[in-house]
Amino acid sequence: MADEQFMTRLVAALRQAFGETVVLEAQVNPSMYGAPLLYVQTERIADVARYLRDEPSLRLDFLNDLHGIDFPDRMEVFYFLQSHQHGHFVALKVRVDRENPHVPTITGIYPAADWQERETYDHFGIIFDGHPNLRRILLPDDWVGHPLRKDYVPHDEGV
Amino acid sequence: MIRTEELVLNVGPQHPSTHGVFRLLVKIDGETIVEATPIIGYLHRGTEKLAEDLTYTQIIPYTDRMDYLSAMIGNYSLVHAVETLMGLEIPERAEYLRVIVMELNRIASHLVWFGTYLLDLGALTPFLYAFREREKILQLFAEISGARLTYSYMRVGGVKWDVPDDGWIGRVERFVDEFQRALEEFHTFVTGNEIVQARLKGVGRYDRETAVAYGLTGVNLRSTGVPYDVRKAKPYSIYDRFDFEVPVRTEGDLWARYLLRMEEMEQSRRIVKQAVKQFPSGGEIMARLPKLIRPPAGEVYVSVEMPRGEQGVYVYSEGKPHPYRLHFRRASFINLQILPKLLVGENIANMVAILGSIDIVLGEVDA
Repeated sequence: MADEQFMTRLVAALRQAFGETVVLEAQVNPSMYGAPLLYVQTERIADVARYLRDEPSLRLDFLNDLHGIDFPDRMEVFYFLQSHQHGHFVALKVRVDRENPHVPTITGIYPAADWQERETYDHFGIIFDGHPNLRRILLPDDWVGHPLRKDYVPHDEGV
Repeated sequence: MIRTEELVLNVGPQHPSTHGVFRLLVKIDGETIVEATPIIGYLHRGTEKLAEDLTYTQIIPYTDRMDYLSAMIGNYSLVHAVETLMGLEIPERAEYLRVIVMELNRIASHLVWFGTYLLDLGALTPFLYAFREREKILQLFAEISGARLTYSYMRVGGVKWDVPDDGWIGRVERFVDEFQRALEEFHTFVTGNEIVQARLKGVGRYDRETAVAYGLTGVNLRSTGVPYDVRKAKPYSIYDRFDFEVPVRTEGDLWARYLLRMEEMEQSRRIVKQAVKQFPSGGEIMARLPKLIRPPAGEVYVSVEMPRGEQGVYVYSEGKPHPYRLHFRRASFINLQILPKLLVGENIANMVAILGSIDIVLGEVDA
């Protein structure tokens, strides 16, 4: 119940700050410590992250995790935020167009996002606009394609 | 006047002080570092991609090979995520076995850190003492799981093997009792050493805000005064039954991180000691489950406290025997990001000491 209340409060605060359409969907996920899982407008993700970090009652100052997921009709970026001060968690997601995958970077808000966004770019080809150094990080620079996309065809030289 | 010019120094990827295949390009002006660029990926095997074609049980060996110094806890991180999604009850005996091997593994992992860190600082002898103790733990692991490093001991629903019936629990108890003396020994001839203190105190310092902004976890975070330990913040398994503390310091330097890791070994020792005392005399070691595990559709993100920090596991399940998407938040990968910031402006002689204090395992950095 407390989780539901926290989510309601959070969604209301975000809508008040950024308008009705900023939160697309919201539900409590019991398999993520009861964290609210919010689908956020892709263009607003950096604004939302900044708000969540700086708002004194939320203080979500710790970016725990950031990664991508590929679906047939879209891609998603998953963010898991935490507050060391309040001990609460919030999961965010944005939807990304598969053909034109752009998401604003949050490296300016969370330095921890730097390598995680590069990893997501490396694996999914998602472009984080404004990232200071968006290069491949785990795969070689001349690698062709983004292997964690479901339609990726592995390069096979044959025998 | 001495004329100096900037020089690019290549470190690694093959060098003992990089603790694996890690490469660092360092630009130095005289003896001062002006720029540092980490280059990683030499050990990238595409674990997350490979996992999409495997059953959950088949993925367990891959977790052995991420943080290969604490494979027991790596195993647990995966099965914990699947069990959370399935809402499984784990038999009591299995929970105790899990905690015992995980905490022994934390000690073994910190011992490798301790030994190699002193090597980094130029002291050979402590390494031999650390590995002498670690060898005893590896022997216990070999007896219960058949492997010294890549255990694959955990299963969704429990553990693979019951204790060997030749007094294994008694041997664990004897080890933790004797280990107390070994720890005292380490403190006597290393912690109190003047040269060690001079090398570590006040070096590689950062504050709480920086640590949090860079997403640091584990000792790297707790050395700046944040008492964040996943075992307490997001309780899992049966850690709530044991009396242990989360050591915290506020200096944020190499010395603080050294002392914290030493203290964590003592806390793990306390946990194992209590777990051995409470160990159930009988019972199952596996929950009743179908051979092929199909967690319900849904997504899960849960974490465990690894010796190097928080390991998070994300699973997107479609209700099939293999995950649609599996992601590991690896502590070493995220902790390592702060390295260039710590090195710039530092004397080149401190470089290896600073890298070693972050405590990375490249299997985990590169996954």
